[in-house]
Amino acid sequence: MTLSLTINGTRHDIASDPDTPLVYVLRDELKLKGTKLGCGLEQCGACAVMVDGKVVLSCVSPVEVFDGQEITTIEGIADTEIGQRVQQAFIEETAAQCGYCTSGLVVAATALLSDTPAPDSAATKEALTPHLCRCGSHPRVLRAIERACAS
Amino acid sequence: MSLDAYPLVSDWLTPEQDRLLIHTGKVDIGQRISTALVRIVQEELALPPGQLGIAPVRTGHAPDEGITSGSNSIEQSGRAVAAAAATLRARVLDIAVAQQGGEPANWVLEDGFVHRTGTNIRISLIDLAGDLPPNLPIDPDLPRHSPAQSPKPDMRGITEMVTGTFTFLHDLDLPGMWHARRISPPHAKATLQEIDGSAIDKAEAKGIQVIRDGSFLAVAGPREWDVVKAARSLGIACTWDLGGGFPETDVFAHLAPENADRFPVVDGTPQKAPVPDALDAPDLSARFERPYQMHGALAPSAALAEWTGTELDIKSHSQGIYPLREAIADSLELSTDKVEITHVPGSGCYGHNGADDAAFEAALIAIALPNTPILLKWSREDEHAWEPFAPAMAVQVDAKMTDGCVTAFSAEAHSDTHRGRPRPGPNRAGPAKLLANRFRADAMAPYIAPPNMGKHAGMHRNLDPIYAFPEKRLVKNLVQNLPHRTSAMRCLGAVTNVFAIECTMDDLASQTGMDPIAFRQAHLTDPRASAVLRELERRLDNRGPRPDGTGRGIAYAQYKNAMTRVGIAVDVTVTDAADVRLDHAIIVADSGRVIDPDGLTAQLEGGFIQAASWALCEEVTWDRDGITSRDWDSYPVIRFDNVPDIEVVLLDTFDNPSVGAGEASPGPTVAAIANAIQDCTGLRMRRMPFTADALKQAALAL
Repeated sequence: MTLSLTINGTRHDIASDPDTPLVYVLRDELKLKGTKLGCGLEQCGACAVMVDGKVVLSCVSPVEVFDGQEITTIEGIADTEIGQRVQQAFIEETAAQCGYCTSGLVVAATALLSDTPAPDSAATKEALTPHLCRCGSHPRVLRAIERACAS
Repeated sequence: MSLDAYPLVSDWLTPEQDRLLIHTGKVDIGQRISTALVRIVQEELALPPGQLGIAPVRTGHAPDEGITSGSNSIEQSGRAVAAAAATLRARVLDIAVAQQGGEPANWVLEDGFVHRTGTNIRISLIDLAGDLPPNLPIDPDLPRHSPAQSPKPDMRGITEMVTGTFTFLHDLDLPGMWHARRISPPHAKATLQEIDGSAIDKAEAKGIQVIRDGSFLAVAGPREWDVVKAARSLGIACTWDLGGGFPETDVFAHLAPENADRFPVVDGTPQKAPVPDALDAPDLSARFERPYQMHGALAPSAALAEWTGTELDIKSHSQGIYPLREAIADSLELSTDKVEITHVPGSGCYGHNGADDAAFEAALIAIALPNTPILLKWSREDEHAWEPFAPAMAVQVDAKMTDGCVTAFSAEAHSDTHRGRPRPGPNRAGPAKLLANRFRADAMAPYIAPPNMGKHAGMHRNLDPIYAFPEKRLVKNLVQNLPHRTSAMRCLGAVTNVFAIECTMDDLASQTGMDPIAFRQAHLTDPRASAVLRELERRLDNRGPRPDGTGRGIAYAQYKNAMTRVGIAVDVTVTDAADVRLDHAIIVADSGRVIDPDGLTAQLEGGFIQAASWALCEEVTWDRDGITSRDWDSYPVIRFDNVPDIEVVLLDTFDNPSVGAGEASPGPTVAAIANAIQDCTGLRMRRMPFTADALKQAALAL
C-alpha cells in the first residue's frame, strides 16, 4: 500500500521505507530542507512541524504514523495569516542568531498563537521549553511572539 | 594583523557586476560578523544593502585571517574592511572631481551613487570603484566617515532563517551525493578489534559502503536513513578492546600546583620565572571550580567532501579554514593546493567543536569513495561524546585587606589546555589534533600542547583582576594528561577567573560591610569602568529594592582587560526545591563605537544565556565505560522556562575604537548569578553548575 502525506496542502506519495522518521522523508525525499535535524531524540525541537495544528517533533516517529494526516512544515507556515505574522515579527525583532533552531521555533510559535491568540509570558515560555536555542536568542524570540500577538 | 598581510583595497573590496563584494577570512558562527562588515561598508560608502555582498570564504581566495575566535573579528577584519572602504571612498571622490570638476566637499555619496550637490550629476559608485587601480594600497590613517543616520538593522539571512530557506552545511544536497555517519568507539581508549562479517555483508547488500582505517570506522550510502540504521547495526557488531577502561580520574583533585607546569602571570602574560611565594596569612581564601563543559552546538558537526582522485574539495563550518587545510593536507600527505576548503555555515559553535574533525573524517570517507560528494553528519551522541570539551578549571584566590581596601591579591588558575585547534606547529601539531588521526591504522598519539604564553590567552584570560590592588600574585598552572581532549570554548579561562574574582569581591565587600558596587568603585581607576557601574547602579535604583525572598547579585569585568566592559545585575529566586530561577537581568556594556547595536545586544544577551546555562545546568560526566552525558537529557542546558527579562544598556562611546563583544558578558554573568544566590540563600556556591542538588548539599554542609 502506498503511503501518502498531505504536506503544506499538497498530497505526496511517499517512496521511503515506512519506518523512516518523518524528518528524513521531508528533507531527503521531498527536499523540504527547512525542517532541521538536531538530535534525533525528540529533545531539542529543531525538527518541529505541525500535524493537524499541533506541534510534533518529526525526528523519531516513523512516517507511516502520519499517513493521511495534514502536515505543515516551515515552508508552509506563511499559508496562514498567523504564520505570516509570526514570521514578520521574527524578522522585525531579529529573533535568530545562527538560525538553526529558528524554523522549529517559528512552527511552535505559530501553533501556539493558533491555539491561544494572546498567551501570557508563562504560557509562551512553557510552549517553547521543548525547543533548545544555544546562541541565546530566547529574549528576542519572546519579544517576537509578543509583537506577533499585538499586530 | 589583517591589514599588514593584506594591504590592498582589492584584498577586501572588489566590484563585481553591480555589486561591491566584501572579502573576509572571518566566518559567521551565529555572531553576525558578516552583518557587521556590511554595515561598516554601508556607513562608509552609502551603498544600499542589495549592492553589497560577502564573497565565499574559501581557501586560496579569502584573506587568511587565521581563526574566527577571541572576539577579534571586529578589530581585525572590521578594521581592515573599514580602512579599505575609507580609502575607496576617498579615491572615488578624487576620480569624480577629476572627471566632473568641483571640490571633494561638493560631492556626496548616497544610495549607491556619487552625487555632485546642487546638480543632477550622479555617477554609480560601483562603476567608479571599477576604475580604481587593482594595486591601490589602503590608507590606514584615513578617518572613518560618520553618516548622519545609521543603517537600519538588517541581519543578513534573517528572512531565509525565518522562512526555512537558509542553507546550512547540513542542507547541502548535490547530485550523486552520499550520506555518511561514523561509528564511534565506546571511549577514547578503545580500539577496534573486529567487526562481525555478516553485519558488513548485510550493510553492503543494502548498498552501504563500510570504510575502515584502523579503528576509524564509517558507513556511507545514497540514503540517509539507511546510513543511520547501518551505523547503529554495525556499531553493535563491533568488538572493541577497551584498553583497561576510561580513566575515572578525580579531576578537581588533580588540578593542583604539584601536578602543574607553573608560570607567574604579569600584566596578563605568563613568564618563564619562579613562582612567587603565596600570600602570608590572607584574610580570605577560596577555590572556585568549573567542570568540563561542552560547546553543545544545536546541529551536530558535519562536512561535505569530494575527492577527484587528485584533489579534495571540502565544505566545512570550521572557524579556521586555512589552518584546517594545512592539517588535512599534512595528514593525507597532499600539498595544500590540492585541498580547497569553503566555509558553509553550521549552527552556532561557541568555539572549537567537532567541525574540524568532521571535515577530516568526511575527507577520509571521500577518498575511499572517489568522485562522490560525501555529506558526513555526526550524530547527537557523537557530538556530545567526542567534541573537544572546555577543560575543567580551578582558581584559588587569596586576599589581604587593610582598612576596607585590598592590599594584596593572589589568583592561581589550574586547567588543561584550551589549545586544541588543528593549527600547524612542531611535531605535526595540526594532524595530531584531528580526532580521526588517533584512531587510524597509523595512529598518532594525543597532542600535548605547549603552554600558551600569550597575553590574556588560555586559562589566564582575565586572571589579572581589573582592580588597582597594590600587590598582585597571579599564577598559571597547566595540568596535562587529564582524561578528556580539550580545546577553546567561548571566553577560555575568563569565565572561571571572573567567577572567582567577582565572587571574591562580593565576599570582601561583605567583610567590610560595604555595598558591592561601592566596594568595586573604590578599587577601580578606569573611568569607563566606573561609568558602567554607575549606570548599572542607576538602573537598579530605578528598579527599586529587590522583592523579599529574592536575591540580587552584580559583577563587572572587561574582557581580556582590553575589550568590552560589562556590568551585570541579576535577580534570582531559589525555589523550595532549590532550583535557581532567573527573574531579571541588567547588562550595561561599553564596546566603544557601536557598529551594529542590534547585533551587539544579541551577543550580550546570548552570552548571558549561555553563561546562565553553564552556571546552572551544564557538566560533562563519565565513568570507566566512557562519556555518560551523551544527549540533552543527560547534559541538560537552559531552556525557555528559565529565561529572565533582560535589559541591555549600550554606552556608545563613539570616539573610542570598536572592540570585540562576543565573549564579554559570560564571565560576569556566572559571577552575578553566584552572588545573587549568595544574597538569596547565604550559600556561597564555588563550583559550577549551581544545580538544585549542589545547593542542597551546600546547605547541608552549613
